[in-house]
Amino acid sequence: MSSQLSRRWVAFNTLLTREIRRFIRIWPQTLLPPAITMTLYFIIFGNLIGSRIGEMGGFSYMEYIAPGIIMMSVINNAYANVASSFYSAKFQSHIEELLVAPIPNHLILAGYVAGGTARGLCVGLIVTLVSLFFTSIEIQHLFITISMVVLSAIMFALGGFINAIYARSFDEISIIPTFILTPMTYLGGVFYSISLLPDFWQNVSLLNPILYMVNAFRFGMLGVSDIAVEIAFSIILICIAGLTSFALYLLNKGTGIRN
Amino acid sequence: MKALSINNLTKTYSNGFEALKGIQLTVEQGDFFALLGPNGAGKSTTIGIITSLVTKSSGHISVFDTDIDLSPEVAKSYIGLVPQEFNFNGFEQVKHILITQAGYYGIPEKQAEPRADELLLQLGLWDKRHTAARALSGGMKRRLMIARALVHKPKLLILDEPTAGVDIELRRSMWAFLQDINEQGTTIILTTHYLEEAENLCRNIAIIDQGKIIENTNMKSLLNRLDKETFILYLKESLPSNFVLKDIIYQQVDDTILEIEISRDEGLNTVFSLLSQQNIEVSSMKNKANRLEELFLSLVEKSEATL
Repeated sequence: MSSQLSRRWVAFNTLLTREIRRFIRIWPQTLLPPAITMTLYFIIFGNLIGSRIGEMGGFSYMEYIAPGIIMMSVINNAYANVASSFYSAKFQSHIEELLVAPIPNHLILAGYVAGGTARGLCVGLIVTLVSLFFTSIEIQHLFITISMVVLSAIMFALGGFINAIYARSFDEISIIPTFILTPMTYLGGVFYSISLLPDFWQNVSLLNPILYMVNAFRFGMLGVSDIAVEIAFSIILICIAGLTSFALYLLNKGTGIRN
Repeated sequence: MKALSINNLTKTYSNGFEALKGIQLTVEQGDFFALLGPNGAGKSTTIGIITSLVTKSSGHISVFDTDIDLSPEVAKSYIGLVPQEFNFNGFEQVKHILITQAGYYGIPEKQAEPRADELLLQLGLWDKRHTAARALSGGMKRRLMIARALVHKPKLLILDEPTAGVDIELRRSMWAFLQDINEQGTTIILTTHYLEEAENLCRNIAIIDQGKIIENTNMKSLLNRLDKETFILYLKESLPSNFVLKDIIYQQVDDTILEIEISRDEGLNTVFSLLSQQNIEVSSMKNKANRLEELFLSLVEKSEATL
């Protein structure tokens, strides 16, 4: 490995380790709340209401919503981790530690996104373990399941990064999760199959990228999906490419971080 | 070799404010260099551009002959920055901050740890190594920023008002530390509001005002330009009511204190002989103002008058 490559590898690892250490240090704010919230989802939607709904897509309601709930927690946490960490670094000015160091912008982006992905996956694992108290999980397609959850985490970590670049206050990093991300997640087929919707709303739902992630992930776990998995992968890869290019453009331009 | 070379550097902020108007500056390797100027003169903007925190409008900067635009990674690896404001993560432990910063420069933890320990000991932070940075006192935070800037062994250390708000004892120990690392070969650029600090530490000096370098010379020749100095004399006994110092510009502060303005070629002997002729004994004396301060003010006033 050339000295430049090895230096960059150490820098990337340092940034990733710092991000992981951060969300572990504040675990009561980062790891515990999703475990509690998702337990409540399983109890209320899966157990109490689900028992009256009956089957969906050939599975018990609890089995049907489990992949969606896991994916929802991955998406929210990957996004929140990067948005809050990068914005805090801006707010406390310690982003300057990175800007003065010999780290290219794409590595700064990669480090933060990897940190967000790590938290998303960590929370996803916790929620999966919680779900085992309520239902059994047999993964049908391991590669699809893992690749979809990782790609989804990356995509929303990128979204969190762009949000943090533009944010000028802590309020501005909670506006998008509250008013855009949460409604999109609820309307993304976590709790229902879009085949239950009228045609018009089915078509509207197809504009929601979260629908593709949830369904592809559900396909990986249960083997059923409202949409073709290939389309889901294509859309997510296109979104990742677009968000990465945009985030790098903003970083290179210095938007929100350099005078 | 030039540690720093700045050519025609300009910066206009998005609100139209022209912070730098074609700065030309060179700093030789091994120098201890002062960059002085009043508030808003452009010192921090210049430093911000050198360290990539501010984007320039035009111009070229090289650090040890490496263009910061063409090889930013190499150029950045030569520089250590101690900024004006505290800019570390207050929730992180002191030692973690140093090791993380070393990591950003590509230094693995195993190599960074002994270097961090060495700096923590040298800067008196060893006992606080496991403390969250926000719990440190102001002086300790300043020292932590110096340690962080040095953890990757930079060839050029830039200090932007490093002793602001630091008590005199700590300030002097920081001076000794900085002189020591300069003697070991690190080039240092210092901005400060304590002109006494610049006079004591720096060999060369540039004064920046309203985005332009108005003076760039060595400290000795700059101080030689000072043609007048003011001394305060403390007298043993009260002055008589008919006291007069012929041909000397002076002011009687009170019965036992005199303020005297002397030109360089006059010297103090004339004053002392005039005083002893009147049987007045001087118990002690001091220079009223810092010499550099007087020069600095006169240069800045001149520069403002020409605009």
